[in-house]
Amino acid sequence: MRLTQGAFSFLPDLTDAQIRSQIEYCLNNGWAVSVEYTDDPHPRNPYWEMFGNPMFDIRDAAGVMTELQSCRKTFPEHYIKVNAFDSAHGRESLRLSFIVSRPTNEPGFMLERREGPGRHVQYTTRAYATDKPEGARY
Amino acid sequence: MNAAAPQLDLDAVFRESNIGEVLDGLERELIGLEPVKRRIREIAALLLVDKLRGSVGLSAEAPSLHMSFTGNPGTGKTTVARRMAEILHRLGYVRKGHLVAVTRDDLVGQYIGHTAPKTREVLKRAMGGVLFIDEAYYLYRPENERDYGQEAIEILLQVMENQREDLVVIFAGYKDRMDTFFRSNPGMSSRVAHHIDFPDYTPGELHAIAELMLQNMHYRLDEQADAALVEYIERRITQPHFANARSVRNALDRARLRQASRLFERRGGTLSKEDLLTIEAADIRASRVFAQ
Repeated sequence: MRLTQGAFSFLPDLTDAQIRSQIEYCLNNGWAVSVEYTDDPHPRNPYWEMFGNPMFDIRDAAGVMTELQSCRKTFPEHYIKVNAFDSAHGRESLRLSFIVSRPTNEPGFMLERREGPGRHVQYTTRAYATDKPEGARY
Repeated sequence: MNAAAPQLDLDAVFRESNIGEVLDGLERELIGLEPVKRRIREIAALLLVDKLRGSVGLSAEAPSLHMSFTGNPGTGKTTVARRMAEILHRLGYVRKGHLVAVTRDDLVGQYIGHTAPKTREVLKRAMGGVLFIDEAYYLYRPENERDYGQEAIEILLQVMENQREDLVVIFAGYKDRMDTFFRSNPGMSSRVAHHIDFPDYTPGELHAIAELMLQNMHYRLDEQADAALVEYIERRITQPHFANARSVRNALDRARLRQASRLFERRGGTLSKEDLLTIEAADIRASRVFAQ
């Protein structure tokens, strides 16, 4: 099951040229771009790991692309996303975030039902991948 | 020529790139440095012709434009590097045209595993522009075989080779030490296509530089002061630690200081704009250069 989080995730995967021009757009707006990865794809997991440092004074997308390529090399079977942070006063938050790399096999999520008192049912999702310990998931 | 063949207009490409403006500015604002200017014009011509060739499908691999600037202190290496970034940007060789100036400290780490991320960080910042490595020979310290400089050199080499279209690296330093640096790093030497030597300025050129500096600072020399400056330059050249244009700038800065204190001592009276503008002979002759 294809993970759909962040911008562009219902589109076919972006090519490197497309990723590059998205990054270029972010840099032209003065946003700081960073690369993050994870192997816990749960939609409520906001704590992806940052790859390297946040890149504050980069002028050209080539710098971020280099970082992205080395992240892909280090974590070929992880989810990788690119974030663009806007530090403008009153904004100070992410402006754009999109997945740029995903594992070849995405097993998807299981819907769990938990019965509570009075036949009350709670629903939750759990990624099949997280059955295995971190680092051995994909 | 075949009538059907498209007529190529090199002049149009030249005008379109606005490169003439930059080259003229170079001619106007950089005094002397003939070999440097000639080489810059050659590079500009090569890139323009390449552009034109590309437009008719005669593609060639992007030329390697990594350079080494050698010359004595104060001969304008950094200034020219800054211009070079602008020229390469106008010619479309680098995408952003900014200059990132670094020295050994910015590239080499202090402990094991610190150097590679540090160097990569700098390289990432420089991408799309020009990386200027001042006193590049400090990167290589043969006397210490565990020096981390070698690691920085290897990463640099790799990026210089594989990401040629992303950045241009300019190495700068004193001639003899740079020669040793390139001799001991043959890989480096073969990847640097342009070795440009910055000659020392003649006294006449230094005088012209001083005039240009004063103009930019909105000062003026009176006649005796001008004569004093000529004499100052002649004496200063023969003294140790002479750093060409930098020495001239320092001398002018000190003359400004003396002019200011001279005016300050006269307070109570009125000053004209002329007084504020003019540097007198006494301001220059007070220099220790004349003491000997």
